[in-house]
Amino acid sequence: MRIILHIWRQRNASDKGKMSRYEVPDVNHEMSFLQMLDVLNEDLIVRNEEPVAFDHDCREGICGMCGCMVNGMAHGPLPGTTLCQLHMRHFKDGDELYLEPWRAKAFPVVKDLVVDRGALDRIIAAGGYISVATGSAPDGNAVLVPKENAERSMDAAACIGCGACVAMCPNAAAALFTGAKIAHLGLLPQGQPEREQRAIAMVAQARQELFGSCTNIGECEAVCPKEIKLEVIARMNADFIRASLTGR
Amino acid sequence: MELNSKSPTGPIETRWERHRFNLKLVNPANKRKYTIIVVGSGLAGGSAAASLAELGYNVDCFCFQDSPRRAHSIAAQGGINAAKNYHNDGDSVYRLFYDTVKGGDFRARESNVYRLAGISLNIIDQCVAQGVPFAREYSGYLDNRSFGGAQVSRTFYARGQTGQQLLLGAYQALERQIGFARGIVTRDLISGKIESHFADAVVLGTGGYGNVYYLSTNAKGCNATAIWRAHKRGALFANPCFTQIHPTCIPVSGEYQSKLTLMSESLRNDGRVWVPEKKGDKRAPSQIPEAERDYFLERKYPSFGNLVPRDVASRNAKAACDEGRGVGESGLAVYLDFRDAIERLGASVIKERYGNLFDMYNRITGEDPYKDPMRIYPAIHYTMGGLWVDYNLMSNVPGLYVIGEANFSDHGANRLGASALMQGLADGYFVLPNTIGDYLASNKFEKVDASHAAAREAESDVQAVTRKLLDAKGKRSVDSYHRELGKIMWEHCGMARNTEGLKHALALIPPLREQYWSDVKVLGSGEELNQSLEKAGRVADFFELAELMCRDALERNESCGGHFREEYQTPEGEAARDDENFAYAAAWGFQGVGQPPVLHKEPLTFEYVHPSQRSYK
Ligand SMILES: Cc1cc2nc3c(=O)[nH]c(=O)nc-3n(C[C@H](O)[C@H](O)[C@H](O)COP(=O)(O)OP(=O)(O)OC[C@H]3O[C@@H](n4cnc5c(N)ncnc54)[C@H](O)[C@@H]3O)c2cc1C
Ligand code: SF4
Ligand code: FES
Repeated sequence: MRIILHIWRQRNASDKGKMSRYEVPDVNHEMSFLQMLDVLNEDLIVRNEEPVAFDHDCREGICGMCGCMVNGMAHGPLPGTTLCQLHMRHFKDGDELYLEPWRAKAFPVVKDLVVDRGALDRIIAAGGYISVATGSAPDGNAVLVPKENAERSMDAAACIGCGACVAMCPNAAAALFTGAKIAHLGLLPQGQPEREQRAIAMVAQARQELFGSCTNIGECEAVCPKEIKLEVIARMNADFIRASLTGR
Repeated sequence: MELNSKSPTGPIETRWERHRFNLKLVNPANKRKYTIIVVGSGLAGGSAAASLAELGYNVDCFCFQDSPRRAHSIAAQGGINAAKNYHNDGDSVYRLFYDTVKGGDFRARESNVYRLAGISLNIIDQCVAQGVPFAREYSGYLDNRSFGGAQVSRTFYARGQTGQQLLLGAYQALERQIGFARGIVTRDLISGKIESHFADAVVLGTGGYGNVYYLSTNAKGCNATAIWRAHKRGALFANPCFTQIHPTCIPVSGEYQSKLTLMSESLRNDGRVWVPEKKGDKRAPSQIPEAERDYFLERKYPSFGNLVPRDVASRNAKAACDEGRGVGESGLAVYLDFRDAIERLGASVIKERYGNLFDMYNRITGEDPYKDPMRIYPAIHYTMGGLWVDYNLMSNVPGLYVIGEANFSDHGANRLGASALMQGLADGYFVLPNTIGDYLASNKFEKVDASHAAAREAESDVQAVTRKLLDAKGKRSVDSYHRELGKIMWEHCGMARNTEGLKHALALIPPLREQYWSDVKVLGSGEELNQSLEKAGRVADFFELAELMCRDALERNESCGGHFREEYQTPEGEAARDDENFAYAAAWGFQGVGQPPVLHKEPLTFEYVHPSQRSYK
């Protein structure tokens, strides 16, 4: 099948950037979306045009490197699926697709579809951890974790840090991402001592990074490739309010 | 050159303890005066950087992804081994040690492996404390599953995302310690700036080199550049031909294929591997009656069944396909069938165990493994070879340490499932932070800076390579060369090797390499993000490494673990080792591009686990 692509081309952070039109004539149904971009790039190289820069690494939906807006949807039309796991059998001959990078103040464009998501690392650095020095841990079975809690914690811990939630949010909030880490650690007994401090520090950092505020729109949940639930944001808010009230 | 492994002697149970006691310590107040560079933020590099920073050293950590959390370790699915014996099923440190030495087909150092098995206990404790959400039983205790090559249940897991959760643990520990980012020379991927960084010691935790083959289960960015350039500056490369083929990957679907996807080995706990009894049987799997199916692993290896080690499972799948009994359009696949497990346990249990893997399979192939068996085929997965290191994990270059998949230690000629995560974290959390202090405390360092001759030379080398690649202005893309190299390697230095094929590969690679340098086409400039240029540098290194792999494979006239030389097999078609002549680690020294490398041998002795023909029957 033939696919028409309109892709955001921007040489570097200071370039203005524009959309450019390309055609990929022989797209196979079994191809992944990124393999289609590989094919386009090989073709561009033959034609002496610079290939489109896009981030990717694992191509298994786990590293969180890939992602762009496809016709206004982060990671494309398929729910619960990263761009690298999206396959062309979900498109049809003649489809026109508009590819743009994540748009958010906190994610400056590096080149074409590549953005800088360092702000997410700094949110984790602010408090997204349990402080335990190497070698000081008790036996693994010394702390029991009810299966139900372990499962819910794992649901939240599945976040891959891709930034789609931010890109899709009209406020460019990082609430789903931040809430996911707060819920992952807060649902475990090991995470309790630092729970309140964590919420305060991570929320403050997100603000400093110029992410917007959450107004409960829910677009983030709809596009999250790991299907992180909005309830993590509720948990984050509850932890934050409790911490503010107790003055920690 | 005399290779000194610094392996301790005496009773194996106390070797590490005694060795550790004899290591010199750095006074806590002095630690901040030392700078250590860690290249890599995977399980090995990330855990090392976090632990070293915690001890008070100045640490700079580098990675090529946009965040340390994205290192390739994130993709590990199945689990991590530890000899906790929580299930009272007869496991022990000694048994894990035994299984690993045997699984590695007697080509690893006993001292290292015993230390690894012992440390496995601390790793689980550490990760639980960090908040890794390991799977639990209803009682709240940690759950385990079984993996290939073992008859006990010792694999800890977090759904099908164990690597992700362990890596996030290390990453969070790292973020807690250091705002993410000295001698090494780096090229800033975004600005193209070439900079020298200086340190008192350098740690490489840059992962494996499976991407030599182009198609592998490794992430697209995995590369050999750091270890290869260290090799070219003097570090010995050990057992380069020891590569692991993973039996359960989604088969290749077309020429555009860019990478292969692993279906975790844990699936072999409940999935049964089979092919049709008859050649060329094109019926749909559901139409093939029980009596006309050949569950070849269960038939040939009744005691391990579907859980034989990876090399054995892979070779048998290849053999079935070579006989013309392969399935799917290409005939290069076998079935992995969950029908019986679903009948026995119910679909919901299977979903809980493997749901995300089944989803991934469905997304990629468009087929539903709850209804139809998966189609799988072996693919390149892991590299046991790597830079040679001594018991302290230091290479032969003083101050250069190598950890994780990047080194050659611990797994011999074949790695057992769920043991790479264990090794990466053992190296990073518990071994290196102890051994590196001994080097720092025993040496005096003079200040070096960017004006140092060696730094200037290294910088101008990097500049020259970049220029040369951009100036070639040839006709073919980097990927097209990489694909061609990969095909040569898969065909002649892959699952089965022989003298003729290896010689043929050695005749093909050098001219292709020459052609690459004059004919590659890299567009754009070196002053901004240029993904083709990044790839071009990596592929240049793969060409040189590929040649060394073939030489090593040709030199090792025996079969062992993942290295299967067709000329050396038992009457039943199993790998035939030659302990008399090849019980050594082959550590190669670089002599120049296209020049024959020199071989140094580190003899291996076995005092505890006596070499025997591996048997999983
Ligand atoms: C799909 C898959 C599933 C797996 N499942 C399991 C499993 O279930 N259990 C198990 O035990 N093992 C498993 N393995 C193996 C295991 O994941 C790896 O061996 C292990 O994670 C390697 O860790 P590492 O820290 O050595 O390297 P990596 O995680 O590969 O990290 C390498 C680091 O080095 C950096 N780097 C590399 N090159 C450069 C460079 N030139 N310059 C700067 N930085 C660089 C990278 O950015 C990265 O941070 C699996 C492997 C694959 C491919
Ligand atoms: S919450 Fe979902 S969308 Fe947001 S970063 Fe995590 S995985 Fe991506
Ligand atoms: S490339 Fe890793 S998630 Fe898509």
